Amino acid sequence: MLPSPVEVIQAFISEFPLLMKNLVVTLQEAFIGLFLGVSVGFIAAVLMDTFDILYKAFYPLLIITQTIPSVAIAPLLVLWFGYEMTPKIVLIIISTFFPVTVGLLDGFRSADKDSIGLLRSMGANRFQIFRYIKFPSALPQLFSGLRIAAAYSVVGAVISEWLGGFGGLGVYMTRVKKAFAFDKMFAVIFLIAAISLALMALVGFAEKKCMPYRNTNKKGEKL
Amino acid sequence: MKKLEVKNISKSFDGKPVLKDISIELNQGEIVCLLGVSGGGKTTLFNIISGLLTPDSGQILLDGKDITNQPGYVSYMLQKDLLLPYRTIEDNAALPLLLKGAKKKEARTQVHPMFAQFGLEGTQKKYPAQLSGGMRQRAALLRTYMFSKDVALLDEPFSALDTLTKSAMHKWYLNVMENIKLSTLFITHDIDEAILISDRIYLLSGSPGEIAGEIIIKEKKPRKDDFNLTPDFLQYKKKILSLL
Repeated sequence: MLPSPVEVIQAFISEFPLLMKNLVVTLQEAFIGLFLGVSVGFIAAVLMDTFDILYKAFYPLLIITQTIPSVAIAPLLVLWFGYEMTPKIVLIIISTFFPVTVGLLDGFRSADKDSIGLLRSMGANRFQIFRYIKFPSALPQLFSGLRIAAAYSVVGAVISEWLGGFGGLGVYMTRVKKAFAFDKMFAVIFLIAAISLALMALVGFAEKKCMPYRNTNKKGEKL
Repeated sequence: MKKLEVKNISKSFDGKPVLKDISIELNQGEIVCLLGVSGGGKTTLFNIISGLLTPDSGQILLDGKDITNQPGYVSYMLQKDLLLPYRTIEDNAALPLLLKGAKKKEARTQVHPMFAQFGLEGTQKKYPAQLSGGMRQRAALLRTYMFSKDVALLDEPFSALDTLTKSAMHKWYLNVMENIKLSTLFITHDIDEAILISDRIYLLSGSPGEIAGEIIIKEKKPRKDDFNLTPDFLQYKKKILSLL
């Protein structure tokens, strides 16, 4: 029932071409879904921050979308959108936009009031206040949200493939599960974990590049 | 020549009067202090002059033109330096130019020659967190100056600094002002600071705040280092204390 590490590695090597073929499908879904999810999350956060009425109207709804387990909506999405890529991407959008929106909203609200007052005294308009104060103040929270979203995107892709599809690591998983091939099962689990970690590392790298002021100490040395 | 005129400004919050019939003037190239206790409505007055607050009555004139309730004419600097932590010093200083629509590159070229004059050489590419409190205030003043070479409102800019740094900053400040001739209204609650740096002092006291007196400091500029130890200085101080 529990394969030895050696067996898992052997399975990984023997299944490597097949794993890679499925990985490409999953990653494609994850990237498209993540990109769209982050875009939707960003737009939602900006709109909700600009118009208080939208915030009041949609914030509770936003929370509700997160209380529904994704395994429960995934079959519905399959029924509505078929077995192709669309239902997978929709599921990823639903699960990734939330951490981005919430993070950004918090970030926008944490922007320093005095700094905003200063820019207003300099005659800045709303867009300029957003660009020079609100958005940069929200960057740390945006990246925290992105980290979570990145991990969710892979998991979301796998779950939706599980419930119907022609390719991808989720489909591969259901197949080896039915064959009771535990070694292959563990091989694919480790692969998914590794991919999630790699995506999060990528976000971390982008974070460092976008916020260079966080990586220097008093003397200006790079940390 | 009159640069800025504050005419009969009154303001109250929730029925409680804060400022009553304030009238002051600022001439071209002058440094004028507004001296009074904390919480006496000085900052409210500055918010009105800078256009962030609407007065209940009265007018603000810049070069004879009514700018009441219009932000974007006079520059404003606070006790907190409010440098944006995610922008380098040069980009912080260039911010007012960017807000006015300048391109990033041309804004930087306009700012660079000012760094030496403000004693900020070598800090262009640093972030605010890498500078000391005194240096950050210098950068904040440079940003203030980049916004308007006309009139600046400084709200207790040095009061968060320790005594020694503060005294060094006074010297630096008077030095810079000799060169740039910025007409300045300066809020402080420190009597010595007011006498040391200003051409004229308005005393604001009472609740609601009213102008309790005006004192002209005749000592020539640049002032000697030991001005604050002379009998003249003490005379001014006595007079201010009796009026407050």
